[in-house]
Amino acid sequence: MNARRRRSRFLWDAIGLLLFLVIAFPVYWMVASAFKPDDDLNAFTPTWFSLHPTLSHFSDAIHRPFFWDGVKNSLIVVSVTVALSMVLAFLAAVALAKFRFTGRKAFIVLIIGVQMLPQAGLIIPLYVVLARYHQVNALSGVIVTYMTFVLPFSVWVLRGFLLGIPKELEEAAMVDGSSRLGSFVRILLPLVAPGLVATSIFAFITTWNEYIFARVLLNDQSKQTATVWLSYFYGTSRNTDWGGLMAGSTLIAVPVIVFFLLVQRKIAFGLTAGAVRG
Amino acid sequence: MTSSEIPSGTAYAAEAALRPRRRRPFTFARVLRGAAPYLLILPVVAVIVAILGYPLYHLARLSFQKYGLFELIAHHGTSVGWANYSSVLHDSVFWHVLVRTIVFTVANVVLAMGIGTLIALLLTKVSSIVRVLLTAALVLAWAMPPVVAVQVWLWMTNSENGVLNYALTKLHVGDYFQHDWYATSFSQLSLATSLIVWGAIPFIVVTVYAGLSQVPHELVEAAEIDGARPWRVFRDVTVPILKPIFLILTSLSIIWDFGVFTQPFLLIDQSRINTSNELMGIYLYEEGYVKTDFGRGAAISILMLLIVALLSVVYVRKMVRAGDEAA
Repeated sequence: MNARRRRSRFLWDAIGLLLFLVIAFPVYWMVASAFKPDDDLNAFTPTWFSLHPTLSHFSDAIHRPFFWDGVKNSLIVVSVTVALSMVLAFLAAVALAKFRFTGRKAFIVLIIGVQMLPQAGLIIPLYVVLARYHQVNALSGVIVTYMTFVLPFSVWVLRGFLLGIPKELEEAAMVDGSSRLGSFVRILLPLVAPGLVATSIFAFITTWNEYIFARVLLNDQSKQTATVWLSYFYGTSRNTDWGGLMAGSTLIAVPVIVFFLLVQRKIAFGLTAGAVRG
Repeated sequence: MTSSEIPSGTAYAAEAALRPRRRRPFTFARVLRGAAPYLLILPVVAVIVAILGYPLYHLARLSFQKYGLFELIAHHGTSVGWANYSSVLHDSVFWHVLVRTIVFTVANVVLAMGIGTLIALLLTKVSSIVRVLLTAALVLAWAMPPVVAVQVWLWMTNSENGVLNYALTKLHVGDYFQHDWYATSFSQLSLATSLIVWGAIPFIVVTVYAGLSQVPHELVEAAEIDGARPWRVFRDVTVPILKPIFLILTSLSIIWDFGVFTQPFLLIDQSRINTSNELMGIYLYEEGYVKTDFGRGAAISILMLLIVALLSVVYVRKMVRAGDEAA
C-alpha cells in the first residue's frame, strides 16, 4: 500500500513537472529569445539557452520610433486613470459597505452589469460620441473610457476590503466621541490602505494591458500606448526582427509581471468571493 | 426607521442613551447624513452614465440611422428605420460568424474549465515543491499581457524557424518542417484557442483549488471508507460543493470568450482576417469601424450586447444577491 502510494505520488509529480514546463515555456522563450544573438535566433535548430547573451535587441527595441512615446503615453493614461478611479471608487465602496439605502441594489446591478459589457461592442458608440467632443486621438478620451471599466471593478474589490474591517473598531472610535468623518480618517483609512494599494496595482495592470480602445481611439503614432506600439512591431514586413520583438515584449511585460506577483494573492478571490459565501 | 443608515449596534444604542432625549428638528446635518450614501456614489454613477450610458443611448439611435464618414463629420445621421438590422439579419455572413463564435466559445470554455479543474485536482496530489513550481508557472502565464502573449505565440509558431514546428518534428508527432499554422481558418482559430486557454487556466485553477480546500475532509474520508472510487468521490462529494464556483467561473468564461477580440485579432493579423475566420468582436470591428459604416456596426453591436446580456443574467443575479446580503 505504501509503495503503491509512493509510486502514484511520483506519477503525479512527473505530470506536474511536465505541465510546469509547458505552461512556463512561452514566458521563458520570450525572455531567452530577447537575449539571443541573431545567429541563434535565425538557426533552424533552436538554442534552448544562449551562451553568448546580448543586449543589442533591447537597445534596438528602445531606439525604434515611438517606443518612448508609447511608454510615456501609457504611463500618463495609467497614472491618471488609476488616481482618479481610486478616489471615486473608494467613496462608492464606503457607501456600499457601510450604508443601506434605497437604490443600493440598483447600484450593485450597475456595477456588476457594466463589467459584463463586451468591449468590442462599445467601440462604435464610444468612437462616435468621443469624436463629437473632439476626444478621439486625445489621451483624455482614453482615460475616461478606461475609467468606465476600472471603476466598477475597483468599487467591488474595495467594498470587499472594507467589509473585512471589524465594525467594533469603527464603533469604538465613535463612542470615543469622534465624528463619523474623524473615525473614518483615523481608523478606516490606515486599515484599508493595503486594499487600496492592491486594487490600484490591479487597475494599473488592466489599464497598461488594454489594447482595443487604445487602438481605435488613438490614431497618431505619437499618441499611441505601449501595447499598440508593440502590436505594430510585427507589422506587415515578412522579415520580422524576432529578437527586437521579444525584447520589446519583455520590456512591456516586466512591470506587469512584477506588480502582479505583489498583489496576486490579495485579489485572486475578489471576483468569486461572493460565490463561495452565497 | 427614518434614517437610511445602518444602526451600528451598540454604538447606536450608546449614542441614543447618552444624548438628552429631544425631538430633533429637520436639520441640515440630518439631511446630509441621509444623503451621504448618494453623495458617495454620485461621482461613480456620473462617470458611468456620461461615458457609458450616453454612448449606449447614442448607439441605439445610431442603429436606426445611415451613419458613415460624412455623417460623422456633419454630426448628423439620416434615419433609415430598421434597414440596418434587416441588412445584418439577412446577411449570411452574420449567421456564420454567430455560429462560429458560439462553437469557438464552447470549445474555449470546455477546454479551459476542464484543464483548469484537472490541474487544480493535480495540485492536491503533488509534493509541495512541484506545487510551488506549478503555481509559479500559472502566475507567470496569468500576468502576461495579452498583446505580449500574442507576439510570443507568433514567434513560437512562425513557419520558418518556430520552436513549435521543431519540437513537434523532433518528438515524431509528424513532419512539421516549415508547417504554416496560419494556412487555414481552423488552424488559425485553434492557435487563438491555445493562447486564450493558456491565459485563462490560471484564474480557474486558483479559484477551484481554493474551493477544493473548503471541501470537508470527513466527507471525502467517509465516502472512501464506504468504498467509493476516486471518480465517484469527485462526482458525488466534490462537485456538489464546488457547484457555485463552477457556475460563476463558467458564466464568466462564456461572457469573456464570446466577446474576445485582442488575441484572435492580433494573432490572425488583419491582412489574413476575412469572412471565414471572423469572430463576433472582429466582425463588428471590420463592418462598423474599418468600413466606417457606423449605423450598421451599431446594429451589430446592439445584437451582440443583447446576446451577452442574456448570457450574463445568471452571473449578475448571483453576484447581486451575494453583494446585497453582505452589508
